[in-house]
Amino acid sequence: MFPLLVSLGLMLFAAVVAIVPVAKPQTRAKLSAIIAVVADGIGLVPCVSVLTGHPGMTFVAPWQMPFCSFALNLDALSAFFLVPILGLSMAAAVFGVPYLRHATDEANLGAAWCSFHILVASMVTVMLAANGLLFLIAWELTVLSSFFLVVLDRDNEVNRQAGWIYLTASHLGTVFIILCFLLLERETGSLDFSAFSHAALLSPAFKGFLFLLAVLGFGTKAGFIPFHVWLPEAHPAAPSHVSALMSGVMIKTGIYGIVRILYFLGHPSPWWGWLLITIGLVSGVLGILFALSQNDIKKLLAYCSVENIGIIAMGLGLGLLGLSLGNRDVAVLGFAGGLLHVLNHAVFKGLLFLGSGAVLEQTGTRDMDRMGGLLKRMPYTGATFLVGCLSICGLPPFNGFISEFFIYFAAFAAVLNGSLSLAVPGLFIIVGLSLIGGLAASCFAKAFSIIFLGNPRQARAAEAQEVAWSMRGPMMVLASLCAVISFVAPSLLGIFERVLGVFPEFSTGPDVTSSLAQVATPLFIITASGFLFFTILGSIVMTRVGLLANRKVETSVTWDCGYAQPSVKMQYTGSSFSQPLVELFNSVLGTETQMSGVDGYFPRKGSFLSHSANIFIEKLFKPAFTRIETLSHRFSWIQNGVVQAYVFYITITLVFLLIGGLM
Amino acid sequence: MIRLLHPLLALLFAPLLQGIIMKTQAFFAGRQGPPVIQPYHDLARLFRKGAVFSETTTWVFRAGPAIGLTIGILCLIFLPLGNMPAMVSFHGDLIFLIYLLSLHRFFTVIAAMDTGSAFEGMGASREMSFSALAEPAFFFGLATIARLTGTLSLDQLIHGININLWQTHVGSLALVVVGLFLVFLAENSRIPVDDPSTHLELTMIHEVMVLDHSGVDFGFIEYAAALKLWILGSVIVGIAIPVRTGIPGIDISAMCLGLICLAVIIGIVGSIMARLRLLQVPQLLVGACIFSVIGFLIQ
Repeated sequence: MFPLLVSLGLMLFAAVVAIVPVAKPQTRAKLSAIIAVVADGIGLVPCVSVLTGHPGMTFVAPWQMPFCSFALNLDALSAFFLVPILGLSMAAAVFGVPYLRHATDEANLGAAWCSFHILVASMVTVMLAANGLLFLIAWELTVLSSFFLVVLDRDNEVNRQAGWIYLTASHLGTVFIILCFLLLERETGSLDFSAFSHAALLSPAFKGFLFLLAVLGFGTKAGFIPFHVWLPEAHPAAPSHVSALMSGVMIKTGIYGIVRILYFLGHPSPWWGWLLITIGLVSGVLGILFALSQNDIKKLLAYCSVENIGIIAMGLGLGLLGLSLGNRDVAVLGFAGGLLHVLNHAVFKGLLFLGSGAVLEQTGTRDMDRMGGLLKRMPYTGATFLVGCLSICGLPPFNGFISEFFIYFAAFAAVLNGSLSLAVPGLFIIVGLSLIGGLAASCFAKAFSIIFLGNPRQARAAEAQEVAWSMRGPMMVLASLCAVISFVAPSLLGIFERVLGVFPEFSTGPDVTSSLAQVATPLFIITASGFLFFTILGSIVMTRVGLLANRKVETSVTWDCGYAQPSVKMQYTGSSFSQPLVELFNSVLGTETQMSGVDGYFPRKGSFLSHSANIFIEKLFKPAFTRIETLSHRFSWIQNGVVQAYVFYITITLVFLLIGGLM
Repeated sequence: MIRLLHPLLALLFAPLLQGIIMKTQAFFAGRQGPPVIQPYHDLARLFRKGAVFSETTTWVFRAGPAIGLTIGILCLIFLPLGNMPAMVSFHGDLIFLIYLLSLHRFFTVIAAMDTGSAFEGMGASREMSFSALAEPAFFFGLATIARLTGTLSLDQLIHGININLWQTHVGSLALVVVGLFLVFLAENSRIPVDDPSTHLELTMIHEVMVLDHSGVDFGFIEYAAALKLWILGSVIVGIAIPVRTGIPGIDISAMCLGLICLAVIIGIVGSIMARLRLLQVPQLLVGACIFSVIGFLIQ
C-alpha cells in the first residue's frame, strides 16, 4: 500500500508544482509531468504484484469526518482497473507536454496540468476507496477536475456548453449513487465497504432496486445510452491527451462502480443480466452508428466509446445471467470478456485519441473532410493509428479481438446450453456483436482512410509534418501494447482468476479455473496463428519482391477513367463513405441533409451539407428539462427577493420542526 | 498427412471453381467461353508482369494484396472438408475464421481508399456497408448449426452434420443453407449483389476497389478471391451435403462434387438474374438473416 500512498502524494505534489509561480510555465509543466510519470510508475508496482498473486492490502488512517474513514483497500479488482489508469496517465502526461504547448496559451498551462494531476489522483482514490463517503468525495473531484479540463478553451462557446452538459449530467448521475450508498448504509449500518457486503442477505427486490440505482448512477459516468449525452460533447472539447484519459479510463470508473456494487449484492436475479445486455446492445449498436455518421474525428471516437462501453456491458450482463441461471462457464467468460475489454479499450482508445491529437496539432482541424494524405507526411502517427483502428474493430491479431472472442465464446456457450432463457440472449449478443463489428470496421476504415490516405484536401494537411518524438513515443508504446496484450493473452487467465476470486459468488461452488481453462487452448492457437500470419506474410512479401526485382515498376496517376482534370475534391469524403449505412439507419440517426444549387444545364455552384444532431438531447432531454423549467417557474413567487419573506420561511420551518420534535 | 490434403486441394483447385462459373455462364449465353483452366492462365500472366503504382499511394496499397493472400492461406488451416478434419481446430475457430475474413476486407478497403479515387471510394464504401449486414447473417446461421450440433468448433460442427440430423431438422438446416448461400453470394461479389464482369465502374463493388492494382499484386488479389470462394464454399457444401460414410475417398469426392455443383449454381444464378439495385441489397441480406432466424426458431 505504501507505494500507492507515495504515488498519490507525488501526484498532488505535481499538481502544486504546476501552479506555484516559481519558474516559467513551460518548465513547471514539464517538471510536473515528469513527477506524475514517476508517480504512475511507483503506483503500478503494487497493482502488478496484487494481480500476479500477492495478497491485497488495506490502509486505514484516522480521520475526523462523520460517517467517513480514510480507508483504502487494494484488491485484485481495484488493481485491475488501476493498471490502465496509471499506465494511460503516464502516456498522456508524456504526450501532453509538447501537445499543450500548442493547444493552449501559457496562462492556462498551470491550471491545465494541476487539473490533470488531480484528475489522475482522484481516479486512483476512487479505485482504492473502501468507504462510501471517501469514494463520493474522490468521485466528485474526478468530475470537477475533468470539468476544468473540458472548458480549458473557455473562449469557445461550444466548449462552455459542453462543460455545462457534462457537469449537469455527472451530478444527476451522482444523485443515484448517493441514494444507493445511503440505502446501503441504512441496511448495513456503516458506509464502510467491508460492511456493505452484508447487503447480500437483503431481499431480492430491494437488491434489485439498489442495482438499478447503481446502473443509473454509474451508467451515466460510463456512458450508457441514453445517459451518454454528455460524452460526445465533453470528450472532444478537452485537450486530446485528456480526451484519451477520459475516454480510455475515466468512463471505466463507472464500470468499476457497477462491478463493485455487484460484488456487494451477492446472488443476482436474471433480470439484472437482461438489463445490462439490453443496455449493452442498444449502446453498442447506436453508439457505433452515431460514430459512423460523424465527420469530427474526436466526436467519432467519443461515440465509439459509447459503443465499447456497450460491449463491456454485454459481457458483464452475460456474466450476470450465467451467474443467476447457474451456468458457470457463461458467467466466468462473460465477466472476463467484459473486464478484459476495459483494459483493451483503454489501450486502443487512448492510442486513437492521442493520434487524433497529433493530427489536430498538425492540421488545425477536427474535421476529417479537411484532411487526407497524412500517412505520407506523418508515417509514425499513421501506422500507430492504423493499429488502433484494427484493434478497436476487434480484428485479429490485435487485442480487441481477444476480448470480443471471450464474449463470443461465452455467448456461444449460452447458445449451446439447453435452456432458451440463456440461449436467446446469447444469440442476441452474437448477432449484436457481429453487427457492431461490421459497422465498426466501416467506421474506422473511413476514419483511417479519410485522414491518412488519398490526397490532402486542404493546404494545411499538405504541409503537415510528423510530430515530436515525445508525442510519437506514447503512441508507439500503446500500439505495441495492442499487439503484446494479444500475444500474451493465454497468460492473462491467471489474472482473471484472481479478479473474479474477489467476487463472493465465485468463491463458492465450482472452480473458476476450469471455466477459464476452456479458452486457454483457443487463445494459444490464436496467438500461434498470429505468428504464423507474419511468417506467411513474410514469405509472400519476399516472393513479391523477388518477382518484381528485375521488372519494370512505374508510377503514374490514379486511374481516373480518362478524365482530364482530376482534383482532390473528387475524392470520396467521410460523409460519402458512410452514406449507404447512414441512409439505411436514418430512422434512428436523424441525419439532416441540405442540398442546393445543382440545376440548369451549366450548374455553377452547389453545396451539400449533412449533419447528425444529438437526437437524445434534442428529442429527450431538452423537452424534459424545458418541462421542469416551466414547472419550477410556477413556484418562483416563493423566491421573491424580499428578506422579510425569507425570515418568515425560516420561522415557519422552525415552528414545524419544533412541533414535529414535540410530537 | 491427410490433414494437409484439404489445404493442398484448395490451393491447387480454387481457381478452377472460377473457371467453372465462367464456363456455365458462357453456356447460358450460348457462347463456347474460355477454357475451364483460363483463371490459371490469367494468374500466370499476372505473375509474369511488372507493376504500375499510382503516385498517390503508400505502403498500405502495396500491403493490401499480400495481406489478403496471407489470410486466404491462413484460413485454410482451420477449414474442414466434410468428414476430412481441419489441420488445426479449436473451440471458437469459426469466430476466428470470420474475423480473419473481416481483416482481409478491411485491408482491401483501405488499399482501395489509398488511391484517392472516387470510384474506388465508392466500391469501398459499398463493400463495408453490405458486409456489415452480411456478417450478422453469417453468424446467425452458424450459431443455429452450432446449437444443433452442440459444438463451436467448425471441424466438429461440419462433422456433426449427417443424414440423421438432416432427417430430423430438415427445415431449419435448409433455411440456414439458403441464408448462408445468400451471404456467400454477397461475400464473393456475385450476382445478384455484385457483378464481377461488368464494365462500368459505377456499378461495381469488389472489382472497382482493385482497379488500380496491377501485375503481381493483382494476381495475389485474384488468387485470394478464388481462395475465399473455396473457403466459404466448403463451409456451405459441408453443411448442405451430409455424406459422412467414413471412407475418405467417397467423402472427399462428394465434397468436391458439391463444390463443383456450387460453382455451377453460382453460374446459373449469374446467368438468369440481373444484379439487384444497390438499395435492394440490404433487403436481401436482412432476408438472409431472417432465413436463419426462422431456422433457429423451428429447430
